[in-house]
Amino acid sequence: MNLLYTDVETDLRASVRDLLTDRAQPAAVLARCETDQPYDLDLWRELVGLGATSLHVPEELGGQGASVRETAVVMEELGRFVAPVPFLGSAVLATTALLGCKPSNEVRELLGAIGDGSTIATLALSLATAPGSTTPDTIRSGSGLSGRIRSVADARVADVLVVPAQGQDGLELHAVPVAQQGVTVTPATSLDLTRPIADVTLDGATSTPLAGPESAESAVDSALWTGAGLLASEQLGIAEWCLDTTVAYLKDRNQFGRPVGSFQALKHRLADVWQDLVLARAVARNAADDPGQLAASMAKSLCSTVAVHAAEECVQLHGGIGMTWEHPAHLYLKRAKADSIALGTAGRHRQLLAPHANITA
Amino acid sequence: MNDKELRELTREFLSNNDHQTMDKVDFLRARFDAGLAWVHFPTGLGGLDLPRAMQSVVDEELAGTPDNEPRRIGIGLGMAAPTILTFGTEEQKQRYLRPLWIGEEVWCQLFSEPGAGSDLAAVGTRAVKDGDDWLVTGQKVWTSSAHNARFAILLARTDPDLPKHAGLSYFILDMTDPGVEVRPLRQITGEAEFNEVFMTDARVPDANRLGAVGEGWKVAQTTLMNERVAIGSRPTPGGSMADVVAQTWRDNPDKHTPELHDRLLDLWTRSEALRLAGARLRQQLAAGAPGPEGSAMKLAFAQLAQQVSGLEVELLGEDGLRYDDWTLRRPEKVDFVGRGAGYRYLRAKGNSIEGGTSEVLRNIIAERVLGLPAEPRTDTKVAWKDLPR
Repeated sequence: MNLLYTDVETDLRASVRDLLTDRAQPAAVLARCETDQPYDLDLWRELVGLGATSLHVPEELGGQGASVRETAVVMEELGRFVAPVPFLGSAVLATTALLGCKPSNEVRELLGAIGDGSTIATLALSLATAPGSTTPDTIRSGSGLSGRIRSVADARVADVLVVPAQGQDGLELHAVPVAQQGVTVTPATSLDLTRPIADVTLDGATSTPLAGPESAESAVDSALWTGAGLLASEQLGIAEWCLDTTVAYLKDRNQFGRPVGSFQALKHRLADVWQDLVLARAVARNAADDPGQLAASMAKSLCSTVAVHAAEECVQLHGGIGMTWEHPAHLYLKRAKADSIALGTAGRHRQLLAPHANITA
Repeated sequence: MNDKELRELTREFLSNNDHQTMDKVDFLRARFDAGLAWVHFPTGLGGLDLPRAMQSVVDEELAGTPDNEPRRIGIGLGMAAPTILTFGTEEQKQRYLRPLWIGEEVWCQLFSEPGAGSDLAAVGTRAVKDGDDWLVTGQKVWTSSAHNARFAILLARTDPDLPKHAGLSYFILDMTDPGVEVRPLRQITGEAEFNEVFMTDARVPDANRLGAVGEGWKVAQTTLMNERVAIGSRPTPGGSMADVVAQTWRDNPDKHTPELHDRLLDLWTRSEALRLAGARLRQQLAAGAPGPEGSAMKLAFAQLAQQVSGLEVELLGEDGLRYDDWTLRRPEKVDFVGRGAGYRYLRAKGNSIEGGTSEVLRNIIAERVLGLPAEPRTDTKVAWKDLPR
């Protein structure tokens, strides 16, 4: 068990942070989120160029041959900048689901296209789906795939949907190109402005089978568990930005003739956020290091609470400016709140922990 | 000396000193004289001038031999000894360190007072020069082991006309002096782990001063820094506390509710997170990169212990209405997870007060870790005697 950051991970973080510092300043992210292009696909291609989007994909499948640990470091940085890129959908959920399939030509081809950035994919499940509870909204019949899937993250920019569908003999996994008559993607008005969701309707969509009942369920499960564990690292990054930004503001802002950060009432609240971060970092690193369900649920349940708390404190301790659209604090609050629902709430993950802790209802 | 050589030295010591036939005190004296007491101490004072981490080699080899009951003499080991080593004269080191380590002489710490808790620099116990001696008068509180102690480390005011930090001096007090009276201090648990110590013209030879007159605050900082190291190096007991409550949950299926279940799982998760944070801290230390995370541990532990123990009393329902025993006792060792749920709940209230309140810890984190400005102070430049009390 290594809960620290390796030198390679530290270097990776520095490259990603440099790129994001250059390309994802809060003002730019904020300006983009109300346009008709809420995703920054130029930035996405740069991340692809760094190799940051296929880190835990083996080299023989066109990836970097690293591990989830490195992907987690990228998630921390993307959280820190609330960067509007389809990383969760494409590089985490779709990619991990594909890694759980038998490496057929179709699977290899799609992984390769996701890895080189020529294709953006996402897993066609509601972002609110908790691991271990997949009941597909899609049915495969002779006329193709049909169903309606609400609240799919990153679907708006996806070229391909990785769709869990109920076939005759059980769960199947299909690749569905979005550019066809049988697929409609309708953007929703999302709470999270920087990771918008969309509703997907399939009506006799044509598809390429990726996995049958022998591996589809475990592939989807693996994507959701890995995704939940990795979201904890994103939540850590969100909370770090919120704390750093609030500390800097409280040193700078004067009221009653002195920096407001010198008042104990405010200092103590920030000390509590910092203390939360110490615990959050430990569990997020543990989940990055250990792919098990226990580690993922511990990290997701704790970090969900920590990120929301940090973002709420960020808004409150900024006072009036924290409530304005102009200040980026709300982007973090919205991401933190959405993340706390994504891939299983804190409460849901605590229930999932119960058998591991031998504390059953 | 490397690990291997130290291991050989320890084995040689063990082959020359058979702990099964030797008297315990003789064995410990021999161990001290062989430099195997605390290897990071100087040669001739129980150590071998080696890095502190190498002690684990000795401890492994001597596992199962009689020890000095480190919990019984924790204040001597963790606080008095490093302070004597740093500020003591050669005579003081030779006189005190050996019986301290062996456990023949128990030490206590006379710092806190009813009027000086978090604000330790405000202590009002007076030490007045009387020839070659000092006469000490005042009241100390929250003193563990005072009723068993032979000596105390004492912070006292030698000049009330100076600002509070400047007028302090640091002494070694003989607890058998007729001017010293020790009374048990009963806590909300019913027990008396601690004492109040009243001093009335207690006599301290000037030779028992540690550091210069007026340097008491600086010397006390060394003591307190070592206290934090001692507390920080202990394994966090938060995990065992959650384990106790989890067992109570399993033992009482009739008392389960969904609400208690969720709260218990939340606290269990936090307890595991604290354990992982401790593991991460040790990995940072091993990698030679200690971070400030240690100061989060005590804060997090106190909060967790209080919430977990509070939940347990509630979980017990009607049985939570009963307490095991209010009899005034003088426990030798404090056990946070011992006795009943009610005791654990009440004892945990001290976790956020003893060794630095959680509020003071939050100030320290905010100022030293986050770099936030200190509150403006009105008490550091005026004479101590003119401060409101």
